[in-house]
Amino acid sequence: MDIHEYQAKELLATHGIRMPRGGLAYSPEQAAYRATEIGGEAWVVKAQVHSGARGKAGGIILCKTDKEVADAAEKLLGQRLVTHQTGPEGKLINRLYIEETVQIDRELYLGFVLDRKEERIMIVASSSGGMEIEQIAEEEPDSLVRASVDPGLGMREFQAREIAFGLGLDGALIGKAVDTILGCYRVFRDSDASMLEINPLVVSKNEVIALDCKMSFDENALFRRPEISELRDKSQEDPRETFASDRGLSYVGLTGNIGCIINGAGLAMATLDMIKIAGGEPANFLDIGGGASPERVAKSFRAVLADKEVKVILVNIFAGINRCDWVAEGVVKALEEVGVEVPLIVRLSGTKVDEGMKILAEKAPSVTVAHTLKEAAEAAVAALPKADKSAA
Amino acid sequence: MAILLTKKTPVLVQGFTGRIGTFHAQEMIDYGTNVVGGVTPGKGGGTHLDLPVFNTVKGAVAETKAEASIVFVPPPFAADSIMEAADAGIKYCVCVTDGIPAQDMMRVKRYMRRYKSEMRMRLTGPNCAGTITPGQAMMGIMPGSIYMPGRVGIVGRSGTLGYEAASQMKSKGIGVSTSVGIGGDPINGSSFKDILELFEADPETDAVVMIGEIGGPQEAEAAEWARAHMKKPLMAYVAGLSAPKGKKMGHAGAIVSAFGESAQEKVEIIREAGHTIIPHPAAFGETVEAVLSGKKVAA
Repeated sequence: MDIHEYQAKELLATHGIRMPRGGLAYSPEQAAYRATEIGGEAWVVKAQVHSGARGKAGGIILCKTDKEVADAAEKLLGQRLVTHQTGPEGKLINRLYIEETVQIDRELYLGFVLDRKEERIMIVASSSGGMEIEQIAEEEPDSLVRASVDPGLGMREFQAREIAFGLGLDGALIGKAVDTILGCYRVFRDSDASMLEINPLVVSKNEVIALDCKMSFDENALFRRPEISELRDKSQEDPRETFASDRGLSYVGLTGNIGCIINGAGLAMATLDMIKIAGGEPANFLDIGGGASPERVAKSFRAVLADKEVKVILVNIFAGINRCDWVAEGVVKALEEVGVEVPLIVRLSGTKVDEGMKILAEKAPSVTVAHTLKEAAEAAVAALPKADKSAA
Repeated sequence: MAILLTKKTPVLVQGFTGRIGTFHAQEMIDYGTNVVGGVTPGKGGGTHLDLPVFNTVKGAVAETKAEASIVFVPPPFAADSIMEAADAGIKYCVCVTDGIPAQDMMRVKRYMRRYKSEMRMRLTGPNCAGTITPGQAMMGIMPGSIYMPGRVGIVGRSGTLGYEAASQMKSKGIGVSTSVGIGGDPINGSSFKDILELFEADPETDAVVMIGEIGGPQEAEAAEWARAHMKKPLMAYVAGLSAPKGKKMGHAGAIVSAFGESAQEKVEIIREAGHTIIPHPAAFGETVEAVLSGKKVAA
């Protein structure tokens, strides 16, 4: 789960990390008022969307007067900001963060991730801040300093000190950088974050200041972090995914037109692969999970059909803890209650497959039954309307 | 013997009396697994499914001489249960639970390293379907009937995709020595490489099918290890050709966030290391058949 810059900064502020003064605004009037409240001679108006590279996309505007702040706010609010991370549809700007400008003496990079190879929290820092970490790794690999944290002991002060010296800092800045790094570590650990990035972390008049901040969280840990769950902003998500996740389904929206209902993440990914190989394009990834009831299967149909691009639906179930008879009942329920007006291909295998097939034959004769994964994918592509097939 | 699990292995069920634990413990017993009891704190002293229930894993091990355990404990408490098993002298633990926080798993891995290597528990999962040695025993949630006993090892992240592979092989008359699910989480007990090492040393396994997916470094690491150390044929499929970068495809670990983590890049790395690529998920049966019969398989 991602959060906004201003939310991440609020979390960091609780651990003593320094940042420019700023305030939130939902309207041009509020934005101008925030600017006068903060004071100073220049401000940045920053679009709050779940994406990096906002500056390059025009989402961050430098202003010299409160009138300019209001104009910038008017320009940004309600727009969709398209960055190279958002996809072509962009993300809606519905709030702004107004911040004082600070003098930048040096730009650094500081990032925290869950490293899968080391199986530890890893800290990556660089003296070349301001560009994306991928670019730093490519162009300035020697500028990178790393440390990994022993989960039994937590981050030690010497590790933060090594990073601070590795960034080329000296004098009073060392202590300030150490406090910043350890503070970020504590926020990361205590909020079950999966990513924390301060880019740039700047040196300004002998202070260490977080100019921008991005954070993501481990969704598996949200059960014990209600204060983080509250920060979710559904306007930043694919509405198809929000609809499905509100109903407890694991769904990822894609760009094709073959809707998919599958059990198990691996089989779901493999089925999408098979559709591609058969010449089609999947509209979504959807895993119904284990032990799915007929109601849950019917709900999956609603989620898939919420996407108006869907021209065919493919159901592929290899039941272990699922039951093919329940899935078949769910298909029947969907046909009766949801109304499925596109061709439907169903492949059932595993637990109670004979019972499931019998239910389909008796109660859902319109369904095309497939016996193998290959057959199912090919039938789905073949069932596409002609116009869509040539486009695929 | 096959790897990790035989019909003799005495197995404990942690989270025994819950709805999910009860259902799958019964399935495991019906398959022929030597389930010797279970653990549910607070319910010790009673019986469940005609087997003894214990309050602690230590108590259960002392009484039953259990060597393996399977964890069906809910996510908030699962990490603690795995550590309890490690401390009680369990040799092999399968954790089925999906949804354990990543930082909890980091602590579990760190905790397991407290023990000398000969005393250290092996863990597979979490978020996996479990392990089955067909015809002998199963620790997991898979439908036992789709696996035929035989001499090909399977190791994979996904449960249902593993079923797909096993049933395609069965339809070609090819059986499985042991099938091991390592789970879909970013931090897991055993990696692909760990399980390949066991299959390579197992006299009852002739070849291995590895079923990977997008995200993380483990498939590439396993392919590199196998290039230098594995004499048995290794065949691999990597799921997630159509996964967009930065999107989590169901499994917490199935996300492309760095170079070398996409399906295409992993396939290239595995192919370059000299192993056979299973080109699509409907080709498990035919690829294994061709490799076993000594035919050249176009990579």
